[in-house]
Amino acid sequence: MRPAFSVLFLTTLIGAGQGLFIALFLCELLTSSPLPKNFFVIGTALVLTLSAMGGIASVFHLGHPERAWRAMTMWRTSWLAREGIALPSFMAAVFAYGIAHWLNFGYTLAIGTVAVVLAIVLYICTAMIYGAIKVLKEWAHPMTIVNFMVLGCASGTTLAAAYASFAAPALTVILSQAAFALTVLGLLTRSASLWRNATLRPTSTLQTAIGIRHPRIVQTSQGSMGGSYNTREFFHGKSIRFVRGVLLTLLLCAFVLPLALVLILPLLAFILQYLGLLAERWYFFAEAQHPQNLYYQGKS
Amino acid sequence: MTQLALVIDLNVCVGCHACVTNCKQWNTSGAAGALTDLNPYEAEPNGTFFNRVQTFEVGEYPATETVHFPKSCLHCEDPACVPVCPTGASYKRESDGIVLVDYDKCIGCKYCSWACPYGVREFDEERKVMTKCTMCVDRIYDMSLPEDRRKPSCVLACPPGARLFGDVHDPESEVSVAIRERGGYTLMPEANTKPANHYLPRRKTTLTVRNEELYRSDNPHKIDGLPFDKTLPPTTEELN
Repeated sequence: MRPAFSVLFLTTLIGAGQGLFIALFLCELLTSSPLPKNFFVIGTALVLTLSAMGGIASVFHLGHPERAWRAMTMWRTSWLAREGIALPSFMAAVFAYGIAHWLNFGYTLAIGTVAVVLAIVLYICTAMIYGAIKVLKEWAHPMTIVNFMVLGCASGTTLAAAYASFAAPALTVILSQAAFALTVLGLLTRSASLWRNATLRPTSTLQTAIGIRHPRIVQTSQGSMGGSYNTREFFHGKSIRFVRGVLLTLLLCAFVLPLALVLILPLLAFILQYLGLLAERWYFFAEAQHPQNLYYQGKS
Repeated sequence: MTQLALVIDLNVCVGCHACVTNCKQWNTSGAAGALTDLNPYEAEPNGTFFNRVQTFEVGEYPATETVHFPKSCLHCEDPACVPVCPTGASYKRESDGIVLVDYDKCIGCKYCSWACPYGVREFDEERKVMTKCTMCVDRIYDMSLPEDRRKPSCVLACPPGARLFGDVHDPESEVSVAIRERGGYTLMPEANTKPANHYLPRRKTTLTVRNEELYRSDNPHKIDGLPFDKTLPPTTEELN
């Protein structure tokens, strides 16, 4: 698949935002001494900024953004519609959580619980947009949900550690350690899916695609001279060397460097990890082999 | 229930692209607006088509065959593209099984094209909506046309008649009989989309010639065992 940049930004930004919120909520839930209220108010604003930036990025993916509201209507069948509902709901709950802290409204744990549940629901919806496409075997697997969730929580917790190093230094160590653990977990889960996708055998072949049983079939015409939507949308169009470079970048920036840096320089660790996760999402698209490409394998 | 479909005979298709051009002509002239053409007269012509003819070479030289393969929306009975649509713009009609896109509801997210295993949906770069074969829904029910013209444009255009159109749920329809009797098959059955469109396979056309057809007992040259006219060259049988 050709990586859609607006989608790369959407999934990484909101993923980090959800992770940051879950980390903030756990800080409130688990710390014995009361934290300054500004820690939560500014933290909530950060979550909302990330989510809003993700939402804005997603709009650039649409041909008709002015009709985006329609994308909420088919929630019974479409995971994309479910995400379209879950994202604003999560943002509303986070906003309520921030306001409750700011105005000393109380019930912050109750509102926070709702927001955490919505954050998890949003992770599932975002991942299932890809997981529900059965023809893309690389995506249609529970590991897609696991990775979106673990990587989002890892980057969000790294950001929480960076944020705490300025706003609540007492929490920096424990948050850095949590971010370290989540990044290790992310390295394990993502490596598992990388290995799985690299060793997948395609179900469809050129023989089943055109229904002719012969081991040697060579395409001589694709039905167009200057390419088509089919030749643009379903292939990343980069060399094998470039793709390997992205793989190396994602392993280094999303996992190795943040693990080395998160305990000392959490802000730098977050910036690197975010860039690494952009590469990770790029690779996520690039490694998905769409069966329609069987119809576009050559021309003479 | 009705399921309209095309049945494409690969044994007949000569790869002339008449179905492609007639499809483009009909669907670019309709109420839904023109199908985009980018750089139509330049080096890299590009545009939106609902139907394409591809060509494959099967086998090893000299035992090769050229197969022309028309490809358009298969109007699946269990379409992967429809449930993923977040707006309901992609839908399958209950009445006749045609899969359509409502261009006024489509937000252009391209999600349906990712879900389709066949790559038969094309995003229109100017209208910014997803487009696809409509089975010429705007002409097959047009009562102002004579009845035999109420067929998809590609079917009407096909010079050798490689494209059949009809209801595959009616066992006595032309398409159902063709599928049943001529080995009709669907593409990528492993995708479990149950395509409505079927393809008819290539067939070897052979002619059996029996000896008595070569050695005619009533050959006029051989009446009474003598040649009819001595100035004529000898017959094949005499040579043999």
